Amino acid sequence: MLYPLLWMFFSSFKDNSEIFLNAHELLPKRWLFKNYVDGWKGFAGYPFSVFFKNSFIVTVIGTIGAVISSAIVAYGFARCKFKGKGFWFGCMILTMLLPYQVVMIPQYIMFQKLGWVNTFKPLLVPAFLGQPFFIFLMIQFIRGIPNELDEAAKIDGCSKYSIFTRIILPLISPALITSAIFSFLWRWDDFLGPLLYLSKPELYTVSLGLRMFSDPTAVSNWGAAFAMATLSLVPSFIIFIFFQRYLVEGIVTTGLKG
Amino acid sequence: MSKVTYKISLQSRVDRIINSENIAGYVFILPWLVGFFVFTLIPIVATFYLSFTQYDLLSPPKFVGLRNYIQMFKEDPLFWESMSVTFFYVFVTVPLKLAFALLLALWLSYKSKLTPFYRAVYYIPSMMGGSVAVAVLWQRLFTSDGVINSILKLLGIDSNISWIGNPKTAIWTLILLAVWQFGSPMLIFLAGLKQIPESYYEAAIIDGANSWQKFIKITLPMLTPIIFFNLIMQMIGSFMTFTQGFIITNGGPVNSTLFYAIYLYRRAFQFYDMGYSCAMSWVMLIIIGILTALIFKSSTFWVYYESKEGE
Repeated sequence: MLYPLLWMFFSSFKDNSEIFLNAHELLPKRWLFKNYVDGWKGFAGYPFSVFFKNSFIVTVIGTIGAVISSAIVAYGFARCKFKGKGFWFGCMILTMLLPYQVVMIPQYIMFQKLGWVNTFKPLLVPAFLGQPFFIFLMIQFIRGIPNELDEAAKIDGCSKYSIFTRIILPLISPALITSAIFSFLWRWDDFLGPLLYLSKPELYTVSLGLRMFSDPTAVSNWGAAFAMATLSLVPSFIIFIFFQRYLVEGIVTTGLKG
Repeated sequence: MSKVTYKISLQSRVDRIINSENIAGYVFILPWLVGFFVFTLIPIVATFYLSFTQYDLLSPPKFVGLRNYIQMFKEDPLFWESMSVTFFYVFVTVPLKLAFALLLALWLSYKSKLTPFYRAVYYIPSMMGGSVAVAVLWQRLFTSDGVINSILKLLGIDSNISWIGNPKTAIWTLILLAVWQFGSPMLIFLAGLKQIPESYYEAAIIDGANSWQKFIKITLPMLTPIIFFNLIMQMIGSFMTFTQGFIITNGGPVNSTLFYAIYLYRRAFQFYDMGYSCAMSWVMLIIIGILTALIFKSSTFWVYYESKEGE
């Protein structure tokens, strides 16, 4: 299962001529770190540090926005009784099944009219308006918290808003972490979004940089390409190592795709 | 003095309004509600309207009636080609992926000590699957001098073909990539397997059932709600596949991997044929809607819910 990934990892240390010579041999004859140095230089004068920085900006800010806004919305759905709640909840569940292609073009036109193309805004602003998967996940989690806690806080004079910030928010931190992890992984790997909205190399995220860098017609230095591809997987891998438990829980509660 | 009381009463009135359940609910869901209107509902309606126009982003949309749809169904062989590629991909990928996911979930539910390790090993490809890095890697695995041919050579099969360069095999490399990422349906199956009461199996053993009978009579029926759920999620996901195809083969060779989503993207962002691609996205929505509805309809025949037992 992991063989392809291991092959890429070890190939990133191989000399270019060795990679495809005996491709099935996993370990390099001589460990070369030069690929990482060469790869880091990037292409057309844009080093990978630029792409990594862009990816971090988009991923971290987007994740913070998605988690905070989703928590607020989830609390509304889980703990407030208001007219039309069932209807809106149904709408939200339906949007989870909606193919992105159906909204892609008008969204693009809108962002273009606003002059947001070639900025990070199209990738960041929607994140601050809640993400249905995370909202759903948090609703499930809040439903598991006994209602008596809310009641007690209410008697003590807490408003809905302070119940949310003082009681619910701290208690749902596992769900917040789970959502943050998924948000990070998805945003880090996102390709279509940056492809649509970012056309200047200085704004490229790692996904776009990597694609340019490993274009078969332009590149022959596969060692360096694999080195950068390997580096691009490191953040996701680290997150996986540390937060495995949350990932599994998240998938099981919401059936997250992927 | 009166000014102060007025202030206080206004303050308390505002407080009362904000704190009423009805208002508070809407205050909390407001971010999503705004996003829903601005980024989902209005765009869907706009897509529908634009699908009846000719629009290149530069000049204003020109209403052309049903022309995009007529062109699509009658005059565009690429539309049909992308449709058949996508259907083939979905109908092969989804059952294979679910079968693998179920098989390994069953296996992992028996092993106990190493389960977390294997679970990790099987999940990592799914986690990284959407990344450009894996797409680039996959491309290099299946070229003529790639790992696959190198391994085949070791086994005595001398194949020099480029798997991604051959119209007959290219789609299979993408199917293989998708099947390789069976991690999340597997985790959902695993959770489902844990829910099945041990007593059912104990009763079956007393009745002399073998493990195949236990699987067919207990495990499979009990898992049907989860199979149903995975089926819908994977079906929709596979229909929208874009990144892998776009990077690994970019629709080629000779359109053998031209996914619907890739063709739609091309029409919109390479030919600036926005009206046409909007029509395509509505067709996609309708097809996914129909397939989802069919699965839902059929579910009454094969999905087993425990609560119905008493009927």
